[in-house]
Amino acid sequence: MSFAHRHLLGIEQLSQSDITSLLDLADQYVALNRSAHKHSDALAGLTQINMFFENSTRTQASFELAGKRLGADVMNMAMGASSIKKGETLVDTALTLNAMHPDLLVVRHPNSGAVDLLAQKVNCAVLNAGDGSHEHPTQALLDALTIRRAKGRLHRLSIAICGDIAHSRVARSNIMLLGKMENRVRLIGPPTLMPSEIREFGVEVFDDMREGLQDVDVVMMLRLQKERMDGGFIPSEREYYHRFGLTADKLTAARPDAIVMHPGPMNRGVEIDGDIADDVTRSVIQEQVEMGVAVRMAAMDLLARNLRQKPPKDTYV
Amino acid sequence: MKTLFTNARLIDPEAQTEITGWLLVENGKIAATGRNEPPQADEITDGKGLCLAPGIVDIGVKVGEPGERHKESYASAARAAAAGGVTTMVIRPDTSPAIDTPEALEFVKRRANEDSAVNVLHLAALTKGREGREMTELGFLLDAGAVGFSDCDAVVTNTKVFQRALTYARSLGALVIAHPQEPILSAGAAVTSGKFATLRGLPAVSPMAERMGLDRDIALLEMTGARYHADQITTARALPALERAKNNGLDITAGTSIHHLTLNELDVADYRSFFKLKPPLRSEDDRLATVEAVASGLIDTISSMHTPQDEESKRLPYEEAASGAVALETLLPAAMRLVHAGGLTLAQLFRALALNPANRLGLKSGRLAKGAPADLMLFDPDKPFVLDRTTLHSKSKNTPFDGQRLQGKVFATYVAGKKVFG
Repeated sequence: MSFAHRHLLGIEQLSQSDITSLLDLADQYVALNRSAHKHSDALAGLTQINMFFENSTRTQASFELAGKRLGADVMNMAMGASSIKKGETLVDTALTLNAMHPDLLVVRHPNSGAVDLLAQKVNCAVLNAGDGSHEHPTQALLDALTIRRAKGRLHRLSIAICGDIAHSRVARSNIMLLGKMENRVRLIGPPTLMPSEIREFGVEVFDDMREGLQDVDVVMMLRLQKERMDGGFIPSEREYYHRFGLTADKLTAARPDAIVMHPGPMNRGVEIDGDIADDVTRSVIQEQVEMGVAVRMAAMDLLARNLRQKPPKDTYV
Repeated sequence: MKTLFTNARLIDPEAQTEITGWLLVENGKIAATGRNEPPQADEITDGKGLCLAPGIVDIGVKVGEPGERHKESYASAARAAAAGGVTTMVIRPDTSPAIDTPEALEFVKRRANEDSAVNVLHLAALTKGREGREMTELGFLLDAGAVGFSDCDAVVTNTKVFQRALTYARSLGALVIAHPQEPILSAGAAVTSGKFATLRGLPAVSPMAERMGLDRDIALLEMTGARYHADQITTARALPALERAKNNGLDITAGTSIHHLTLNELDVADYRSFFKLKPPLRSEDDRLATVEAVASGLIDTISSMHTPQDEESKRLPYEEAASGAVALETLLPAAMRLVHAGGLTLAQLFRALALNPANRLGLKSGRLAKGAPADLMLFDPDKPFVLDRTTLHSKSKNTPFDGQRLQGKVFATYVAGKKVFG
């Protein structure tokens, strides 16, 4: 299994075979996580630091659990509270970290590109846990694993991504991953929440939900941030729900066996109807959380293998 | 004292010619040029077939005095200018504090006289603190030596304030330099909207914001009749508006920056903040349209928009990093890319680098005419080199051309006939 990357910064740098290798390994970790003895020593002796410059309970917990199940020493640093407020720059933070000799660094940051910048300055493997509106690679990978397990394949599927595409790193990473795996991607949302020139990414764009959902295999809903609900980008929460909220009625446009996904946390009654979210025949939202831990275990395992082999630096991408 | 340059390719932006011949300097002024037998002189410089052109008149150089002398002082900027063939720096007032009073202007003029071997002229702020609320003492500032007024990249959002400032400036015959940009649309933007901005997830501004800003300013010129220069026109969509305004007889000229002529948005690549500029780099189509507009003369001037920034203000996440790049020394070699690529002739290039900016400011320099100050540069248009930013004379090394192959090197720079570099 080859995964010739020093860091996991985004889906952009990954090839089709990188993605397949990672998902194959993650499948094994799903089995491990479901067994009685949920532990491996793949990361034994390694130190994992989770640095979250932006609050996140779910993603941070998922990375923490993934590290612990693989035997790493895990430390959480809530950066929002400390150094940023003292005026320390990101590069200085990186230098401080270097002195602590971590092996795996998991970073979330509110600025696009900040994780790339940090990765240039530290000596360890960096995993992007979300940077600004840029990328959130482990989310796209866990979505891919969920789809592959539910649909039996990860190619030639029709997949709709609905909601605030413009501000969503989840959408960007998913568009790239699903495109690389040769799926048909449809984006649905109000034009004010569509990024410019998005069609150049090889997607179809719809501003009508029923039209966009026509015969799709997968419906991926995105979270609408509270601060974007009123007036600025959309007229109101209730109009948004009326036009772009996923309801049983709109879902009838999709294929009868279409699955419903959401990266969480959900705004019930804003982007998704509560009953659909809870419908175990359609919704795979809980499974996404489960796949998240397995995918993160696989990603850290692969990067750690490279760390241990220590191949010459210039062979990395 | 007579100095003679022989065997040089004389780049004459007025005649739009490029001929091999001689140039005679007497008492700091150009006395004669010719292509036949050269006259007698006290001192003879063999041009060895290199180009002899008027020194660059660079409108819009930022020096860190007062406030940020660690980024650039008058002494370091002047060394960089001399090394880059820039014989006249026109200094921006966007210092901290801004140059918005006669007293502040006198301070920077004194600093410039103490430390600069090249000519230094100053712009003053159009509004107090560049805040766009109240106009500065335009009359006193003119008396104190300001050659024009500009709030630099701070757009005067309040149209009434801008209209009054333009009206007042017109009565004084003063030049106003503005940054055409719709300020609300472009607020917070780090890149130009499009596929690249979407891929990188960065806050973006439509190139249309430039045209909207220019359109507003043109309407105000029709109302006020002021003398106006747009600091940087960088998009194709703004060009027809500029052309119409010129055809309608408004007193309007426009410049562009060397970076927008030679780089595009994709150069930002993986968040390289040395490529963060204001306005942001544009698409390749916009770049090509801008080059064409310089060749046709629609865009009048090219400037370095020299903006020194220290490492600390650049080594930040892209959105948070400071904008701007140093360019005094890389202006000529970067511009030579356009000549080598066939986009501009040398005579067209020096029309935009020297003649037009000098004319706009009412200077006699910027040309190879008899009686003009002997502000000259001798350069090899073909000499290749790889730029190492640590060799730059500027205190700040924030150039986007680090490690790039460039062609064109300044051999000597003369101000009023006196060699200041080489």
